[in-house]
Amino acid sequence: MSLVVDIRKRLGPFRLDVAFEAPGGSVTGVLGASGCGKSVTLQCIAGIQRPDEGYIALDGRVLFDSSKGVNLPPQRRQVGYLFQSYALFPNLTVEQNIAAGVKERGERRETVRRLAAAFRLEELLHKYPRQLSGGQQQRAALARILASKPQALLLDEPFSALDSYLKWQVELELADRLAPFPGPVLFVTHSRDEVQRLCRQVCVLDSGKSQPLQPTRALFEAPATLSACLLSGCKNITRARALPDGRVEALDWGAVLTPAAPPPAGLTHLGARAHHLVPVEGPGENALPCRVVRVVEELFSTVVMLATPGGGEGFSLLRLELPKEQWAPLSGRETVWLRIPPESILPLRG
Amino acid sequence: MDLYPLFNSLRIAALSTAIIFFVGIAAAWWVAKLPRLAKGVLDVVLTLPLVLPPTVVGYFLLRLLGPRRVLGLWFLETFDLRLTMVWYAAVVASAAVAFPLMYRTARGAFESFDQTLSHAGRTLGRSNVWIFWRVTLPCCRQGILAGTVLSFARALGEYGATAMIAGYTPGKTATISTTVYQLWRTGDDGGAMKWVLINLAISAAVLLTVNMLEKKDRRPRRRVEPVSGEVG
Repeated sequence: MSLVVDIRKRLGPFRLDVAFEAPGGSVTGVLGASGCGKSVTLQCIAGIQRPDEGYIALDGRVLFDSSKGVNLPPQRRQVGYLFQSYALFPNLTVEQNIAAGVKERGERRETVRRLAAAFRLEELLHKYPRQLSGGQQQRAALARILASKPQALLLDEPFSALDSYLKWQVELELADRLAPFPGPVLFVTHSRDEVQRLCRQVCVLDSGKSQPLQPTRALFEAPATLSACLLSGCKNITRARALPDGRVEALDWGAVLTPAAPPPAGLTHLGARAHHLVPVEGPGENALPCRVVRVVEELFSTVVMLATPGGGEGFSLLRLELPKEQWAPLSGRETVWLRIPPESILPLRG
Repeated sequence: MDLYPLFNSLRIAALSTAIIFFVGIAAAWWVAKLPRLAKGVLDVVLTLPLVLPPTVVGYFLLRLLGPRRVLGLWFLETFDLRLTMVWYAAVVASAAVAFPLMYRTARGAFESFDQTLSHAGRTLGRSNVWIFWRVTLPCCRQGILAGTVLSFARALGEYGATAMIAGYTPGKTATISTTVYQLWRTGDDGGAMKWVLINLAISAAVLLTVNMLEKKDRRPRRRVEPVSGEVG
């Protein structure tokens, strides 16, 4: 079971160019900033939008193939789509909504009963969607989708309509419910945290262009590209240039650094995570003299913004995050030496 | 007092509203989905009867349905049916004049309908027909009802086109509006007043209905707290 997607579509000046193969039985994240084409990708897979060209196949079944003129209507794709707004029919009760997913008339009652029990909806069957909380609506929407026996699931930012204090519980529940699903599950989001918690592998979408599928851990430990690095939550980025001696020049930070491994070809940027930087006493390998610009006290940690020798704004500012007690002895200083450990330097392609 | 004009007016308004209901919804559904340019052009054409003087509409109808005109002649020869100066000619006139009201309100309702719901229905495997009858129409119910009531009110008050195509024959084509004019013209001020009051009462009732429908539409969505013991 797998979902093969290889499509291109023009939307005005915007170009969508997405290719990946999502395996069955696990959740594949589609991570990207707002407006990068995530929802359009899902809509193309579901058949709501038509790609200009390309190929979509689910478990060997061709859903769309521009070269052969195949374009199955959404009704025949067997792809479940969980909309951001859940899209429950407002004029139907929860029971009627779930029943709307069941094609065979004879199975309707039994399927509704089974799914209502599985999704803890028995008490709510005769209520209308507007009478449900966000989490309940999501459960009802998911139950309705499963009633239609989909072979793949598409989840479009399923937590964006929820109050933040509810998200955590709903997320855990959703993960439990998705676990037994045998087909591929695509999970679209702009939140790296959700990807880290819910997805086994992830496809980064950067302004319409997809990057190769990678294990989620790889994205966070060693992002390969600038956009992946930014999406993975890395705060410190500099333009960079590889030097012949194997070291790299961090242009915005005004420093020459020694990475753990020789820089890869095509290197354009470097990244370093805010909690990997280490304050040191004085000069040394990979150490930069920095001026303290701002100190922000957070609940359990201290965030320090530092100006590097490269200047004092934009990319040349470094962000250091460390436990409060580690910053305490340094507070009040105007300059601090910062060391970037070689293994914490992330070489990036643009 | 001869109540024929009341009966005739109600009959004409009801029949033309019934026609407008289906034709208007179909036109609205169709136009709402058209690309922008075609939509703009068709919208002008379909809305024209609303802004044209009813006499102009009447003139066009006479040109079309008169006994010596294309359609009129065909009906006369094929069904032995006269399309002018009979009570049902007024049905055509009322329908033509009131049609834009139904069409425009229904189109507004369809355009504000959340397309995500229809996408959801399709990904669930439901046919477009099912989605239209079970989801789209019920969701647009208020707009369509308001359009129906407005069309009925307009059809009931139709005078200009009706006078031209159906004329005024007491006991045959007389409607409330043509009767008021006829009575006033012949100096029967008291008789005219009676019909004016009847008309006022009906129109007020119709407008009240529209307002009630609109209020119902704006009713705030009730949000019920989650069942105890359940978070989310």
